[in-house]
This record gives sequence, structure tokens and C-alpha cells, in this order.
Amino acid sequence: MAETAFAPWDDPEQKPLIRFRNVTKRFGDFTAIDDLTLDIFEREFFALLGPSGCGKTTMMRMLAGFENPTSGAIELAGQDIAGVPPNKRAVNMMFQSYALFPHLSIWDNIAFGLRRESSDKAAIANRVEEMLKLTRLEKFARRKPHQISGGQRQRVALARSLAKAPKLLLLDEPLGALDAKLRETTQFELMDIQEKTGTTFVIVTHDQEEAMTVASRVAVMDEGRVMQVATPQRIYEAPNSTYVADFIGDVTLIEGTARARAQAPEAPDTAAQQPSAPRGPSPNALGIWLHDKVLAPVIGARADIQRQLPPPDQSDTKLSALSKDIPEGGIDIVWTDDQPPLIALDADAALDGTQVTLALRPEKVGITKTRPEGAVNALKGTVIDIAYLGNLSTYHVELAGGVMIKAQTANTRRVARREITWEDEVWVSWSGTAGVVLST
Amino acid sequence: MPYVWLLALFLIPFAVVFKISLSDIALAIPPYTPTAKDGIWNMLTGLDFENFVFLTEDDLYWKAYLSSLQIAFFSTFLTLCVGYPMAYAMARAPEQWRPTLLMLVILPFWTSFLIRVYAWVGILSGEGFLNQFLLWLGVISTPLTILNTNTAVYIGIVYTYLPFMILPIYSALDRMDGSLIEAAEDLGCSRLKAFWLVTVPLSKNGIIAGCFLVFIPALGEFVIPSLLGGSGTLMIGKVLFEEFFSNRDWPVASAVAVILLLILIVPIVLFQRNEQRQAEAEK
Repeated sequence: MAETAFAPWDDPEQKPLIRFRNVTKRFGDFTAIDDLTLDIFEREFFALLGPSGCGKTTMMRMLAGFENPTSGAIELAGQDIAGVPPNKRAVNMMFQSYALFPHLSIWDNIAFGLRRESSDKAAIANRVEEMLKLTRLEKFARRKPHQISGGQRQRVALARSLAKAPKLLLLDEPLGALDAKLRETTQFELMDIQEKTGTTFVIVTHDQEEAMTVASRVAVMDEGRVMQVATPQRIYEAPNSTYVADFIGDVTLIEGTARARAQAPEAPDTAAQQPSAPRGPSPNALGIWLHDKVLAPVIGARADIQRQLPPPDQSDTKLSALSKDIPEGGIDIVWTDDQPPLIALDADAALDGTQVTLALRPEKVGITKTRPEGAVNALKGTVIDIAYLGNLSTYHVELAGGVMIKAQTANTRRVARREITWEDEVWVSWSGTAGVVLST
Repeated sequence: MPYVWLLALFLIPFAVVFKISLSDIALAIPPYTPTAKDGIWNMLTGLDFENFVFLTEDDLYWKAYLSSLQIAFFSTFLTLCVGYPMAYAMARAPEQWRPTLLMLVILPFWTSFLIRVYAWVGILSGEGFLNQFLLWLGVISTPLTILNTNTAVYIGIVYTYLPFMILPIYSALDRMDGSLIEAAEDLGCSRLKAFWLVTVPLSKNGIIAGCFLVFIPALGEFVIPSLLGGSGTLMIGKVLFEEFFSNRDWPVASAVAVILLLILIVPIVLFQRNEQRQAEAEK
């Protein structure tokens, strides 16, 4: 979708419909919005996504006019709207509770806003009929809100807020009260209506799937700050922080230290980490003195050549096998002593020496009984848990160091014929570009 | 079960009163004839509608009814005017204050009704607190005559029945979803318009319930007009009391009571209908 024509945020010529400029909102000691700057463009379907209490509803209420920023400015179509009361703004809101007037029929609910600004009965009737048609509610026009279903109420709320043809429509958790199946169809309906009317939509949600489905851009919020604003694809594929990576979708996070990889393929650095001199006890002065004075007569002179530990042969062979056909560049992530480093080919070599987190989406991690040929990253582990989702299965694999890693596969076979099961020894593997390296 | 209740506490007493209203006054105990001692047949044939005819002949009675209706009507309206803002303020008050505010509304019930009405005598009389205060302020130079006028009766009724108005309106406003007002404002209403188009219609049932709860007892009110009202205050409750205890004319007094009940049945039925509709709407 980012590749389609509609991407006003990439076009410096475009003027945003809404500009938040250094907006801060405090309630007493509590800072709900912290120095927030954000542009939203015309015809966008913009999602504010975050856990409850992250400030997304406060942002929406500031747009609607129910709250004013403590500092900073909010511009709508180039004009500062601070202090403009909600009834004077070309902004309408669809409330989470729908806030339908229980004493009015569906028809009168939709006409409510129109009646406030005009007394032309025929025009109002036309507009209401149009809205009823758009939301497929013609049959229910004469009913009261308590006589229709939740999904229908949701559509009435949408029709009512769209009736005045606002420049901006705010949707506060619009699908929160619907069941999963209905929510899915309604999401597509919402997108359809947004496209038909060309209205700019700003949706507030804590459901990341919903945000990803409907929005042209998503702003992930946490504690009053916007963590990342990008298209759903970028948010998912290229999160800019562990918070975003963790909040959106399922992810395995592995922390480690980055080390720039050499340009030419060579033996991995871990080999160099093994000291060339064999390791052994290195006694201090007292130890030496004790040995010389007490033990030497019994067991002979102290051996200056330290005893050698057996080399970790398995990982050694694995590493040498690995290093043969891995492209150059990127970084290694040293994350534990007894496992080979993880390789991220598209990471910036400038991260060398810093603490990084590798974010791995489970669907990008393969799971096999035997070590896959040519995999850049492959680790051995034990299946601890299998989450069966019908079309997919997510395997929780415990690696030797106790780290859990999630791998997902499509269930192309029937479960009974599944070859991997609990307690199995398996290999998890992923390509050199599958993970996203985030500096921590 | 509710029917047994109704039979024992309403229909049987009503039948007794109705029977007395059809009897004639007599110097006896009880002070009317015929009674069951005369035999059922004699008793039934001895009954007539004489007393009801008498009520239409003396204009005191219908004037008292009309005056009662008028006083009840206006005092209900005044109670609404005082009670609605109070209920509204309570419903908008911070959550943690509301139980205290509710308590304060109910608190006067802890004192006897009679004592509270007597207290108003002390406040409203020529040398009462109110006049003393106004004289001290210099607003007036001679004491106002409030006690023993209809004004005092209005004050008494509004004061006594205010909780009955506040509680149902408060409960209606308390139940209202605050986002409805925001939605109305969002759709272009000013604050005042939103109040008129959303808050008032949604508290309608509370208003109706409160009005009936004030109007019905106010119509037959006896204590307030006899303590605070003057000779010019004509209320049917007072007339009823005088017929019973001053004139000892039980049959006429019973006839007055029966007519009062018939007048009250209309608002009571309307009140019940309102309650029923509300219950249905909430389903």
C-alpha cells in the first residue's frame, strides 16, 4: 500500500490537515501527552495505537475540543484550534460507547447534527436518507437505539458522525464492543466508507490488528509519546524500537553485543575468542607459594603449561560450516557464551560494540528436525509448547541457554501427521535479513 | 400477595369509609346510622347519596378542592424549580462526594415532620429569624407577614417534599451517560442546547416521578396549611379534619375523603403508567 500513489506524508509539497506541534497535556501531576509533534494528512486513515493509558484518547479528545493542550498548538487546516469549542469545529467524533441518544429514533439521531446547523427540512431528510443508505440502515430508521443490535448501533453512530460531512472524523475504539467476526467485516466496511466519503479518519485503538488492517499510517504511542509513525508494513517489518517491535505482533527479542563482521568471509570471531593459548588454572601468588612449598614434594613441580579444556567441537564445526557461504557485511550479535553469534546481514556495522536486540518475527523463523542446509542462522533447541491456531502453529523452542524462541509454520498437513511434537529436538533457523536489529 | 396487601390496606378501609359517607349523622357511638347492628338489609336500604349532594350545595367544598389543587400544583412546580438544580449539581458532583450529598438530602427525615414544620413557624413569624435577619440587614423596616399566609404554605410544602423531588431526578441524571452531552456538543449544540435537547428529555421520567411524589401528598396536606397557613388558606385536608373532629360529622367527612381519593386516582394512575413505561424502556 505504501507503494501506491497515496502517500502524502512522503511529499514535502503536501500540507497536513492536522498538525500537532510540541503539544503537551497535563492532568495535575500526570503528563498524558509529552511534547508531541505529528502531522496527519487529508484523506488519511490514521490510527493511534497503544496500550490503555498511553494518551491516545487524550489526543483524540483534544482534536474534538473536549480538552485543550497545556502547551503547544494543534492546527486544523492551518488554523490553531485551541479554545474553539467542540460545537464550532468541523470535526465529528464517534464515541466508544456510541453515545446514541436513547430518546430519539435512529432517523432523529442521524438528523441531530444537521438540525443544529440548518432548518431546511428537505435537505436534512435527503442527507439522512443518504447516510442510512451508506450504512445500510434504511429498515431501522424508525427504531430506537435499544431496539437494534450492537453492530447496527455502531453503524448508526458512524452515520450520525458522518452526516455533517466533517473535515475530520474521530473514531474512539469504534469496534471495541463488537465480537471478533463482526469486527472483521466492519473493518472493511469502515475502509470502504472512508474511501467513498474521502473523509480523513483518525481512529484510536488498542488492537494492533485493527490498526494494521484499516490504517494508511499507524502511530504507536507509549506514555504520552509517539514511538513511531509509519505505514503498517514499515511498523511491522522495520520497527524502530524494541517497544514497537514487541507491541506489534508476535516477536522474539534476543539481546546481545554487536560486532561488525569483516568484509570478506572468514572464520567467525568466536573462534578468536577462544584463547590461542590453552586455558587453565591461573593461580595467584599464594597458590604458587602453597604449591611450591606444600604440594611439590608430593605431586611434583607445578606445570607452567596450563591444562587445556576440551574444545567445543560441535559448535566449532557448525561455525566453520556456517561461515563458508554467508555473504559479507552486517554484524554478529554475541548473545551467549555457548552458542554461535547471530548474524544480521543488513544491520549497520557502525553498531559495533554496542548492546543490541535482535527482533525476530515467528513466521520468519523456520523449524526443522534436521539442520537446514545453507541457513545463515541455525540453533538447536527443544520444543516446549505448541500453540495451534488452526491455519498456523507457533512453536516455543527452548534453546540450550534457556532462551525461548518462537517459530511459526503454516499447517499444510493435518495435525495428526505433524512431524514435530512436544519435547522434540529441533533446529530453528532464519536468514541473515529476517531479524531486525534494534539498538538498546 | 400484592392483592392481599391491596385488599387489607386499601380496599377494606375504603369500603368502610365509603359506607360511612352514605350514612346519616347521628348522636351515637359511632356517630352515624345505620350500622350493622340494624341488620344488613336495614343498613343497606338506609344508605343514600345525601352527603355527596350536600357537598355540591355548599361552595366551601368545591372551593377547597380547587384551592388545594392550585396550591398542590404551584408548590409542585416550585419544588421542581428548586429540586432540579440541586439534583443536577449532585449528579455532576465528584463521585466521592455523592453519598454525603445524598445523605444530606435525606437527613431531615431523621427529625419528626411536625417539629420541622413548627421550626418554620419560628423562622417565618413576625419576630422570627427571617424577619430579624432582614431587619438587621436593613432590607426591610417593618417585619413581613409571611406566617399564616399561602406563601408560608408554599414554603412549607416545598421544604417538606423537596427530597421526594430530588431523589428520582438525581437517579435519572446519575444513570445518564456523560458522553451523550459530549456527543450533542460535538454535533453542534451549545451547552445550554445540549442540556435542553438531551439532559432534560433523559431526566423526564425522573421529573414526572418527582412531580407526582410531591403533588399527591401535597393535595391532601393537612399539617402544613393548619400550622403555617392562615384563615384564608383553604385546603381540603384542613376541611376534612374539621368535619371529623370539630363538627363530628363523619358521614360528610367521609364523603369529602371519597371525593379527594377520586381526584387523586387520576395522578396516581398516571404515575403508575410512567413507572411502568420506564421499567419497560430499561429492559
